[in-house]
Amino acid sequence: MTISVSMTVNGKTVSGDVEGRTLLVQFLREQLHLTGTHVGCDTSQCGACVVHVDGQSVKSCTILAAQANGTEVVTIEGLADGATLHPMQEAFREHHGLQCGFCTPGMLATGYDIVRRLPDADEARIRRELSGNICRCTGYHNIVKAIKAGAEKMSAA
Amino acid sequence: MTSHIKMDERVERDRLAEMVQAVIGKPLDRPEGALKVSGAAPYAMDRLPANACHGVLVRATVSNGTLRDMDVDAVQALPGIRAIIADDRLLRNPAQGMAGEAPIQGPKDIAYFGQPIALVVAETFEQARHGAQALKLRFEADGTAIVAPDDPKADIETPEDEQDSTGDLDAAMQTARHTVDAHYTTPGHVSAAMEPHASIAEWNGDRLTLYGSYQMLRFNRAELADALGIEEKQVRILAPYVGGGFGSKLGIGPEAVAAALAAKALGVPVAVAMSRQQVFESVMRRSETDQHIRLAADEQGRLIGIGHEALVSNLPGEEFSEPVTQATPFLYQGDHRVIGHRIARVHRTCAGSVRAPGEAVGLTALEIALDELAAASGIDPVKLRLINIPQKDPSQDIPFSSHMLAEALEEGAKRFDWDRRRSEPGAVRDGEWLIGMGMASAARVNMLIESKARVTLNANGTGTVETDMTDIGTGTYTVLSQIAGEMLGLPMDSVETLLGDTAYPPASGSGGSFGAASNGTAVLLACEEIRQQLCERLDCDMQGLTLKDGHAIVGNRRIALPEILDGSRLVGEGHVEPGKAEETVRQATYGSYFAEVAVNAITGETRLRRMLGVFAAGRILNPKTARSQCLGGMTFGIGMALTEELIHDPRDGHIVNRDFAEYHLPVNADVPQIDVVLLDERDAWANPLQAKGIGELGICGAAASIVNAIYNATGIRIRDLPATLDKIIDGLQSRTD
Repeated sequence: MTISVSMTVNGKTVSGDVEGRTLLVQFLREQLHLTGTHVGCDTSQCGACVVHVDGQSVKSCTILAAQANGTEVVTIEGLADGATLHPMQEAFREHHGLQCGFCTPGMLATGYDIVRRLPDADEARIRRELSGNICRCTGYHNIVKAIKAGAEKMSAA
Repeated sequence: MTSHIKMDERVERDRLAEMVQAVIGKPLDRPEGALKVSGAAPYAMDRLPANACHGVLVRATVSNGTLRDMDVDAVQALPGIRAIIADDRLLRNPAQGMAGEAPIQGPKDIAYFGQPIALVVAETFEQARHGAQALKLRFEADGTAIVAPDDPKADIETPEDEQDSTGDLDAAMQTARHTVDAHYTTPGHVSAAMEPHASIAEWNGDRLTLYGSYQMLRFNRAELADALGIEEKQVRILAPYVGGGFGSKLGIGPEAVAAALAAKALGVPVAVAMSRQQVFESVMRRSETDQHIRLAADEQGRLIGIGHEALVSNLPGEEFSEPVTQATPFLYQGDHRVIGHRIARVHRTCAGSVRAPGEAVGLTALEIALDELAAASGIDPVKLRLINIPQKDPSQDIPFSSHMLAEALEEGAKRFDWDRRRSEPGAVRDGEWLIGMGMASAARVNMLIESKARVTLNANGTGTVETDMTDIGTGTYTVLSQIAGEMLGLPMDSVETLLGDTAYPPASGSGGSFGAASNGTAVLLACEEIRQQLCERLDCDMQGLTLKDGHAIVGNRRIALPEILDGSRLVGEGHVEPGKAEETVRQATYGSYFAEVAVNAITGETRLRRMLGVFAAGRILNPKTARSQCLGGMTFGIGMALTEELIHDPRDGHIVNRDFAEYHLPVNADVPQIDVVLLDERDAWANPLQAKGIGELGICGAAASIVNAIYNATGIRIRDLPATLDKIIDGLQSRTD
């Protein structure tokens, strides 16, 4: 059985036919070709698939595409302002908050969300808030540093 | 033209130091950083053609036996199903690193639980997954399969060339003033690279293009061609961005061969992505180890004997076995030695390379044993190591190429305030937390692997580096651009490095920490070739040529490169091969770890409070990428010390904790303040860059510093990793009783 869904993704209205079992992440990747959102663990631990749904950070592997019907979704591809990187993206790039880059879109989406909710979060709080995102390369240090720097850039912007 | 070097002797001349662009050794940003933070770097599954079908692998649910039957008809009747591939060319398990040929093939003979046996292909991923889950299988199982290495019925191999004995260790143990004689165990580990293995296969006539997630493309191409029974030249593999590897993507895997077979059979591109559970079950694990270590020391703590005998496991027929004792022969002195290596043949997921095979677990056990010797003899652990550093490699009586263990130990002790450590265990308390400090040495063998690269100086004065080398997050794009920029006098934004395509010259690949040094040397040589050609055009000798900021400076002339090139381009190729230097000297990297832990006196829970790593790995090409490698390696060490453990069902050997919910990687909360210090070193025996491998050094022995800190905090000696609270709490109770 197919279900017609329609939602706003990165500011554009999109629609498509999905199966009831189709996850939001699969819809984003395969139908919309927004492949910056990654599947890393299949059990909602790693956070490589975090996107924003109606302003909240959501693991897009834990939500069905059908559940996202009518929502406003922002993926990693929608974070930059045209060719200008978002301050949080710039901070990750500058502070080496990544190595292989596979967890990065999810880290960025979570980082952006942390700063929006808790603009003055200190290092310990950032670490706690990042509990749903796993990185195997970096040892997290530069990620935490990047989010702190991103927060400063965002408040200055 | 190709510039070639075989590393038979020292390369005295430090060419990079003669250059003036000043980009080498600088903490420069990754050129691909902007792509990665935008979600625009294409990983294996990100280039799905519009007409592609999806394949999902089907796994064996017995650990040994034969696949008799599959209910193909029922699945073929499901919506969207296009094919069920059960070709005899499917792989039993991935190829081992640098195999260059197909691993064992044939899906019908089952060797382990989770072995891929078929591929269900459908129009959508969801349909294929459903088909794979619905496929009924009938096995003829062999109930006698041995699934545990400590099963008394296990077939144990003792390869003759991996046993070594010098002097009389038994006698030394008898006469020694201080001894340690204990068994240490480490469980199985997984690489857990964040990108699950995936391949997209597309045929054009008899030519195959594979988008994959692989570390060593020239080997992978040969392995894939061999598995399919076609020529290497018919295969092209693309892996420009790889979401981590840590050894798990060294050899071609079942998903690549299955995708290629299905795409051929159906005449459409086929994508096969493994689920995380499939990666756990059918990609390489690090073998569990049982290590018997004996140390014999005199009154002053000087080692007179070392015994290190390991039992590891692997599937029948696999050549690889975890080289546990790799660093033991040369790390410390001692005339009486026994090295032992045994392999139990078990029906568990294939064992292969996981970050720093050998030293990662072998040095960890040895360094816990050293801490036991320090405690037994009353000698400070740092001093104990310092007094046991040999002048030469004691196993072969050859000199070290360079050796900075002593510097790393001393620098680490100073920076960590080691002199504040109380030597008696359990002496420091902070509320309900027991505080302790521990340390360990780091060491890892250094390797050079044959590698080629091509560099083009384009007519507009920019440089292009091309090689089938990969960047698995390590920083290859960055450091190769730096080497070319330094050698050709180009700013970083004038150099482009193209990787991950078998159409480019064949490189070493990423593995064994040898990638940057091996492939970087090929790039340096290619640039030398271009410099030679520039000299010919400028009618000067190599000594007289200075390249900087896109200009050549010869005598009092300063000429922009495009002017010299005059519409043409210059191409140079570099080729490096290992040579006699491998046998003439012992090459290794060294370092030290210092850790402070808090162990909860009531629950036995361990929290790492701070950690320091000091490392020497020759010239550091880029301190930013190098430091990040060390941070990541030490974080692997935190996992090894405290949480990571593959658990196998004792009945059929299957991996019980086959996802990130149950296999506990270090997460943010587990990682406190970690500092990394990189020591300045040059190793002229290693390669013309005078750089050595660093990607694995940070894990080798790291866990021991934490386990040793737990001892210092509590007096409880953990010999079976990981040091989970259940192993600590008993000791805490007996302390308070």
